[in-house]
Amino acid sequence: MGPYLLRRLAVALPSLLGISVVLFTILALAPGDPFEELATNPNVPAEVREMLRHKFGLDDPVYLRYFHWLVAMLHGDWGFSFISRVDVDTLIWQRVPVTLAVIGASQLLALAVALPVGVISARKPYSWFDRIASTLAFVGFSLPTFFTGLLLILLFSIKLDWLPFVYRADIAATGWQWWWEQIRQSIMPVMVLGLFQAASWTRYVRSSMLDVIRLDYVTTARSKGLAERVVILKHVVRNALIPVVTLVALTMPQVFGGAIVTEQIFRIPGIGSLLIDAILRNDTPVIMAVTFVFACLVIVFNLIADLLYGWLDPRISFR
Amino acid sequence: MQERDLRDLIENVREGKLPRRSFIQQMVSLGLTAPMASMMLMHSGVAQAQVPSTYKPTKRGGGGALKVLWWQGATLLQPHFAAGTKDQEGSRIFYEPLAVWDNDGNLVPVLATEIPSRENGGLSADGKSVTWKLKKGVTWHDGQPFTADDCVFTADFARDPASAAVTSGVYKDVKVDKVDSHTIRVSFSKATPFWATAFVAAEGMIIPKHLFAPYIGGKSREAPNNLKPVGTGPYKFVEFKPGDIVRGEINNNYHMPNRPFFDSIEMKGGGDAASAARAVLQTGEYDYAWNLQVEDEVLKRMEAGGKGRVQIVSSGDIEFIQLNPTDPFTEVDGERSSMKTKHFAFTDPAVRQAMALLADRKSIQEFIYGRTGIATSNFLNNPPRFRSPNTSFEFNIDKANQILDGAGWKKGADGVREKGGKKMKFVYQTSVNGIRQKEQAIVKQACQKAGIELELKSVTAAVFFSSDVANPDTYGKFYCDMQMYTTTMTQPDAERFMDQYLTKEISAKANKWQGRNICRWSNDEYDKAFHAAEGELDPVKRAALFIRMNDMVIKDGVVLPLISRPRVRGSNLKLVTRLSGWDLDFAGLQDWYREV
Repeated sequence: MGPYLLRRLAVALPSLLGISVVLFTILALAPGDPFEELATNPNVPAEVREMLRHKFGLDDPVYLRYFHWLVAMLHGDWGFSFISRVDVDTLIWQRVPVTLAVIGASQLLALAVALPVGVISARKPYSWFDRIASTLAFVGFSLPTFFTGLLLILLFSIKLDWLPFVYRADIAATGWQWWWEQIRQSIMPVMVLGLFQAASWTRYVRSSMLDVIRLDYVTTARSKGLAERVVILKHVVRNALIPVVTLVALTMPQVFGGAIVTEQIFRIPGIGSLLIDAILRNDTPVIMAVTFVFACLVIVFNLIADLLYGWLDPRISFR
Repeated sequence: MQERDLRDLIENVREGKLPRRSFIQQMVSLGLTAPMASMMLMHSGVAQAQVPSTYKPTKRGGGGALKVLWWQGATLLQPHFAAGTKDQEGSRIFYEPLAVWDNDGNLVPVLATEIPSRENGGLSADGKSVTWKLKKGVTWHDGQPFTADDCVFTADFARDPASAAVTSGVYKDVKVDKVDSHTIRVSFSKATPFWATAFVAAEGMIIPKHLFAPYIGGKSREAPNNLKPVGTGPYKFVEFKPGDIVRGEINNNYHMPNRPFFDSIEMKGGGDAASAARAVLQTGEYDYAWNLQVEDEVLKRMEAGGKGRVQIVSSGDIEFIQLNPTDPFTEVDGERSSMKTKHFAFTDPAVRQAMALLADRKSIQEFIYGRTGIATSNFLNNPPRFRSPNTSFEFNIDKANQILDGAGWKKGADGVREKGGKKMKFVYQTSVNGIRQKEQAIVKQACQKAGIELELKSVTAAVFFSSDVANPDTYGKFYCDMQMYTTTMTQPDAERFMDQYLTKEISAKANKWQGRNICRWSNDEYDKAFHAAEGELDPVKRAALFIRMNDMVIKDGVVLPLISRPRVRGSNLKLVTRLSGWDLDFAGLQDWYREV
């Protein structure tokens, strides 16, 4: 596994470089101007706009700007936001806790729902439980998150007035009170995202289980006299979960910025909303930093998924 | 309206025959701003109305938290770097100017002891200097005293080109001298009729010298106080996450007694206008929301919940259509819509007249905007008794048809009019916005009935309103026949609004399309009148000139004003605010309180 790992890492570096070049070029070619709000403001003289563009190096040619960015990145300087006039890593770090809390919790919820439901559905395929679970799963991933989000808001916030629908990252309370408030405001976004994810994962778990349950060694285990529970949990699930584990590993990078719509609806200050705001305002350094980190995470998690798969399944060998 | 008529009106106000408010409303209906009208009265010696204070609470604090929603969150808290009103509002929680504009166009002192005038010696006779007296005993949030040095420093900071301050235009041509520790003199190089620009309103927020002095010029972006504001305002800084949240707590040493009422303020950003309306009007989670750009029927339904109400504050913003007098589809010297070309249809005054008759302003107001928009021509606000006799609006498809027939534009076989082989097919562009697309549909329908075919085009707002030289879809380039957007009159003086029609401001390749005259209209008489108004010290003569300029633009028909757009805000039923259409929402923040 050692040389395989090294080889993969060696290949990862040029691919990251290539990704950064493509990203940077696309952003440079994209229309839009970080200072367009100033353009519509008649109080701002044109010289000030020009001076700002010059200061931020927007007038330099593309390859020069890319080079500056690369050198800065290697030094650990992720850039300076045009719009907020703050270091980009400060902006990102401010949002990481909330992102991990809400989006991370939703992935955990998805897992907690998908595993049992998938296993039980596979145990008794085409039973009532299975049919209902499958229908709900189909409904779940056909309804877009903004729709389910709005539905939940209308029901729980407006009609019933049980839950707040604007997320506040700074609740002024401590101890149990803080946890209670945090849960109250996080429940809806976590449900929206978690159930959406759970819908597709349930189907995966189910089909993966069904593949394994048919195999001969399961019949052998049963005929050995083992309890059904032991057969399922010890033999079937462990083997069925191998592809599911790699699937989950591959969706982990989504935590870092894939919940844009939900974050907008619930006003969650996560990294997804930072990205979308930066895109709409043409704040190139922020966009570069966030998408580049996202690309790195994808490559890293791909590698982890491959390694995990090889470790869990002894039939796979690394070459 | 002639200068003589204006002077008569002012005399009536002085003698008490005409209420001050009516005069100001009438001036607004003629295209001037309330602050300009107020300055006219001040100049003529009509004392400013003493606005009785309606502030009820009798002690400072105890009001709990004030939670406000700005669906475009503040991204920085330095007023001199502000990229838009959201940043200015965020800064205004902590910083203050010397004076602000209230809704009637009066100047209300904040950090100044009184408003300068001729009587108290604040305004010099030659109009070249203003003397402000500063309040004594005011301290910054860190305890240091507020003095004239801070004002002088603020001007130096903004003026320095290396600081790249967006307010530099205001301080570039003024000199600020310290007379004594609590008096400053602002001097202009030439007689300036509208003197209330420096240290007033959004661009006038004063920053502390002792904290920013090491960061003037090129190092301005490194100042730590850019993110941790220390001001004189009613709330002290607690926390800031760009684009997300601004938090402040009560300033117990605030310089006005019994204020502020609230113990803390939280300004949350993100989301969209509709959910902001919901949070204030339906669930009551927040007390106040900014800029509710939502259809009126939706707002009405939300108000029915009984938790909040919609506040409509009139201001000078106006949604209008521009007709291109140049040819947008012929390229000359690397640019389209060049002044060297002529539009085949819009250079015909009959066509422009017909187009003006085809804009159904009433329907647009009734069915799209509701309370949030007022049909207008020449910034005209209803009620009709203030209607200027010079301009009016009318929606008449038959009359338009007649005019076009009379001018030689005959309908072809496909129903589209043509003349000289050219069909009346126009491209009509605007930004992507549900309301704007509906407006486009209404105009297109009416034009179809008159034999004009419109191709609707919408460009995403971030691109449409940008100044990107490489992009053909910006509003500055105007590479189409007609376009529509809202022009904002955010500054109280009409001079920086009317320079949009000067010949020298024509947007063209030579000035990278940064010129303010986007509709490429050129008129010698207008230019002459503008230059006369620039140097005219008497605000009444100046106002008469502006009214004339206004009428010139409207009569020529290149610009079709559609809807006057007041500001729409949502607030909790128990919240008492002090909103002004001529300044920031937070201009009167210290006076906000909650009724019991």
